[in-house]
Amino acid sequence: MIELRAVTHVYGDRPVLRDLSVSIREPRVAILGGNGSGKSTLARMLNGLILPSSGTVTVDGLDTRTDGRAVRQRVGFVFQNPDVQIVYPTVEEDVGFGLKARRVPKDEIARRVTAVLDRYNLTRYRHQPAHHMSGGEKQLLAIAGVLVLEPAHVVFDEPTTLLDLRNRRTVIQVIRELPQKAVVVTHDLDMVMDFDRALVLEEGRVVIDDVPAVAVPAYVARLG
Amino acid sequence: MLGLYLHRDSVIHRLGAGVKMGGLLAATLAVLALPGALGALAAGLLGLGLLVAAKLPVGRVLRELRAPVVMLTLLFGCQALLAGTGWAETLAAVARFAALILLATLMTLTTKVADMVDLFERLFSALRPLGVNPAKMALMLALTIRFIPLLAEQVREVRMAQQARGVERNIAALFVPLLVKILRLADDLTAALDARGYDPTDDGRHT
Amino acid sequence: MLSTRDLVLSALFAALVAGLGMAPPIPLGFLPVPITAQSLGVMLAGALLGAKRGGLALLLFVLLVAAGLPLLAGGRGGVGVLMGPSGGFVLAFPVGAFVTGLLAERFATGANPIRLFAVCAVGGILAVYAGGIPWLSVVAGMPLEKAALAVMAFIPGDFIKAGIAAFAAAAVRRAGVLPTAHA
Repeated sequence: MIELRAVTHVYGDRPVLRDLSVSIREPRVAILGGNGSGKSTLARMLNGLILPSSGTVTVDGLDTRTDGRAVRQRVGFVFQNPDVQIVYPTVEEDVGFGLKARRVPKDEIARRVTAVLDRYNLTRYRHQPAHHMSGGEKQLLAIAGVLVLEPAHVVFDEPTTLLDLRNRRTVIQVIRELPQKAVVVTHDLDMVMDFDRALVLEEGRVVIDDVPAVAVPAYVARLG
Repeated sequence: MLGLYLHRDSVIHRLGAGVKMGGLLAATLAVLALPGALGALAAGLLGLGLLVAAKLPVGRVLRELRAPVVMLTLLFGCQALLAGTGWAETLAAVARFAALILLATLMTLTTKVADMVDLFERLFSALRPLGVNPAKMALMLALTIRFIPLLAEQVREVRMAQQARGVERNIAALFVPLLVKILRLADDLTAALDARGYDPTDDGRHT
Repeated sequence: MLSTRDLVLSALFAALVAGLGMAPPIPLGFLPVPITAQSLGVMLAGALLGAKRGGLALLLFVLLVAAGLPLLAGGRGGVGVLMGPSGGFVLAFPVGAFVTGLLAERFATGANPIRLFAVCAVGGILAVYAGGIPWLSVVAGMPLEKAALAVMAFIPGDFIKAGIAAFAAAAVRRAGVLPTAHA
């Protein structure tokens, strides 16, 4: 369970999140909102990348302020731009990077990398440089690099925004079939319709919190 | 990234990078220690011998040497004409270096980039007492290689924009957005590394 | 200790210098020879990243050139180039960036293009040529003064580069995206 308690965050003198208290335990949760609503900041609080100016964020009981490293082991994070997540020159090395950082033994790394590359149909790129891949394939590679670490939760920050239609569908399918719990920040309203819960943020506050069937129309109405 | 390595099935290619580097260093020192003409001869013979042993295409290799040799010849020519002193010694010095450049070029042509990088990492491990963190150096080298194609593409785009607009006025101005983009990319990459569990306090030592 | 941000910045700027080598040289109507942008990268790395990260960026670059990647202007690389007449200049790149950074941290912390020009010129030209000319004189078998004369033709172009670097660095600093030296 991910829990936010009285979370407020300011950049300089600009408040970005205002006194948010939310408990997230559903398998698929969407976070919606316009630019400047605070949703990206919120996403980054869920794995401790950003610590709140005040309030606490806990993941399965671990406080992001004091147990940041443990939190990041439990919560994977997929960024909007796949290029920032690909670190190593070849696909195989890049997927194995997080495991190497955890001192997992080499043969175990090889096994897990093979499994995840197979799972996402990236095996043929194994020894190739990432820049030979399409945007969608790079995003899958980034996701693979996160999933190979077997986190308990995965946070996605606008995973489909930069992708074309076909790649969008592939990533949506991947998210649908994920065994882990997922929190997805997105503009893509179609994707979230079969989620369990949708939170809508506006100026740093949660203004709608319901199942997507209710939340999404309410959100659209609000925009209109 | 494609390196300058030229694959052939030869003994020289199969030699370890460390052995070749050590050999190059030793040969360089020996040649510099010998008097000019003798050094040139020794290095030249060694170079040609290795070239044959490595089964490399001679024309191709000598083409690699063309740029430095042309430059050296021009410099030698200018100096000889203007100063008129020590023709023979200057010629010997130039020949010596041309031969050393040949040896060094052979090193590069017969050794894979990855093997050279591995060699550097081993050297960094040896420098640990001086505070060098070999794991960080390795990560930085990998990151650099990974991002060269991307940044090269972005530089190309900036250059095309410069050419389209007529360069004289705005060169600096067109570089600025690129630099800002790179600095923002650095922020994102740092966050992504943190998110994937990279720990900068890890000293790279495996227990 | 090198932070994650430090190592990312160093690597990205090393990649930038490589990228600058792959772009076509910049023709300037009033100079007979087009200028290559690579030494521009040396000055920018020092001015924007500071001594430690700038020097490290160029060290990474030189290591990869030595490893056999064709990162120098014209697609050149390998140990052979470093051994040749221009080798001293390339090997001095890390020193040039380091000196530029050191001077920038000391004397040009704001966005003043004149000061930045001065530090880029000293670090990017003086320091680099101080490394390049001696090696050239050894390789070409010519006395130092002759070697220095031989490379004189490139100096005006390098001063222009220092100017470009200074203006660009000043603008980037004004944009407020720079990490501080200790971030």
